Amino acid sequence: MKNRELVIVGGGPAGMAAALAARAAGVEDVLLLERDQHLGGILNQCIHPGFGLHHFKEELTGPEYADRFVRLVKEDHKIEVSLRSFAVKLTTDREISFLRPGALEEVKARAVILATGCRERTREMIPIPGSRPAGIYPAGLAQKMVNMEGWIPGKEAVIVGSGDIGLIMARRMALEGVSVKAVVEIQKTSRGLVRNVGQCLEDFGIPLYFQHRISAIHGSGRVEKVDVVRVDDECKDIPGSGFEITCDTVLVSVGLIPENELLEMAGAELDRRTNTPVAEGVNLTSLPGVFACGNACKVYDLADSVTRDSELAGKMAAQYLLGGRAA
Amino acid sequence: MTRTMTCIECPQGCQLTVEAQGARVISVAGQKCKCGDKYARQEIEAPLRTLTTSVLTRGLELKMLPVRSSKPIPKEKLFEAMDAVKRIVVTSPVKAGTVVAPDFLGLGADLVACRALNKL
Repeated sequence: MKNRELVIVGGGPAGMAAALAARAAGVEDVLLLERDQHLGGILNQCIHPGFGLHHFKEELTGPEYADRFVRLVKEDHKIEVSLRSFAVKLTTDREISFLRPGALEEVKARAVILATGCRERTREMIPIPGSRPAGIYPAGLAQKMVNMEGWIPGKEAVIVGSGDIGLIMARRMALEGVSVKAVVEIQKTSRGLVRNVGQCLEDFGIPLYFQHRISAIHGSGRVEKVDVVRVDDECKDIPGSGFEITCDTVLVSVGLIPENELLEMAGAELDRRTNTPVAEGVNLTSLPGVFACGNACKVYDLADSVTRDSELAGKMAAQYLLGGRAA
Repeated sequence: MTRTMTCIECPQGCQLTVEAQGARVISVAGQKCKCGDKYARQEIEAPLRTLTTSVLTRGLELKMLPVRSSKPIPKEKLFEAMDAVKRIVVTSPVKAGTVVAPDFLGLGADLVACRALNKL
């Protein structure tokens, strides 16, 4: 088993910022694992503008924001980037196993930073009754399909949840010629940024129903329609308020769950409700020498904030590693 | 006439109150920075939006290349712009900032690559 100083799992904004900050703080050996064939993580599918206003003082798209970090990471020869590398195991004493094409590698790290991001909450987690036809997608998956694969998921869409991903996908689908019939939000306000309600819905005349929920999805084979009902302040259905929307696609944008399977495997304590590490401070876990940053640590609104806190994680890991030897 | 609008210049999303006569802005209130004033005036006069989308590629690492307009374009031209974009196929390697289609709408805005893509 190879010994490494610092192993970072995840090559998105969090992992890249942590790697660069750890290097700047004096760590001489960094292995950055990324499961995709490119660095950048979810930024690669976030093709809309709105990134970088804090960190770079200019407005960038997700891929542009990623590109700036990718260049810095590639220039630094003491950061070894291992692409198509999927971490499958982490132990308490920081042994990591990862799969890459044709090999299962095992390394022992003196410090680990988990920058594994989030997964999307699904239809099953809300839950919406009804049949289980084709045409129901988590909004982030639809985003990847439209922006990276060039597949348009349907012709008439209803979006469940008014988080930023849902709002941004409403605009994206409208631009691609999909008729976006409604965004349905159970709360009284949007959980997304107010500017996204303006530029993503109002610009395209997409109706936003607050205090409404989808009470059923209908369709055999493919989504045919959804039932919508108004709810009161206790989120109880208001009788007689129901109506139908014909559509062939439902995008579900109901939040993100931090992805911390590796941490759990290593025996760290997790908050069952949020799936975030239980620790004394941001970027820490209950295991010494194991850090978590970015959306794996807590769900952020802005990539810029992920960068800021992940740089801190890189510094913390460097302090942990160099504590006995240098400043 | 008084209009309220949300500034879209940054994630703060200031609520602006705009006093205007037709397309002539008299006053703007509610903004936390100077962008708000500029945005409100532009929005009343002629709303602009930056177009971001993806274009098809052939022979490159990814199937789609994310692109943006090099400057904001009139809001009412967004769909026309999308039609123009759909006819483009990128076949040469690009870097972030490479112009994919110069002045693609005749409005002085170029279509620009948002990331690097190499040959497959």
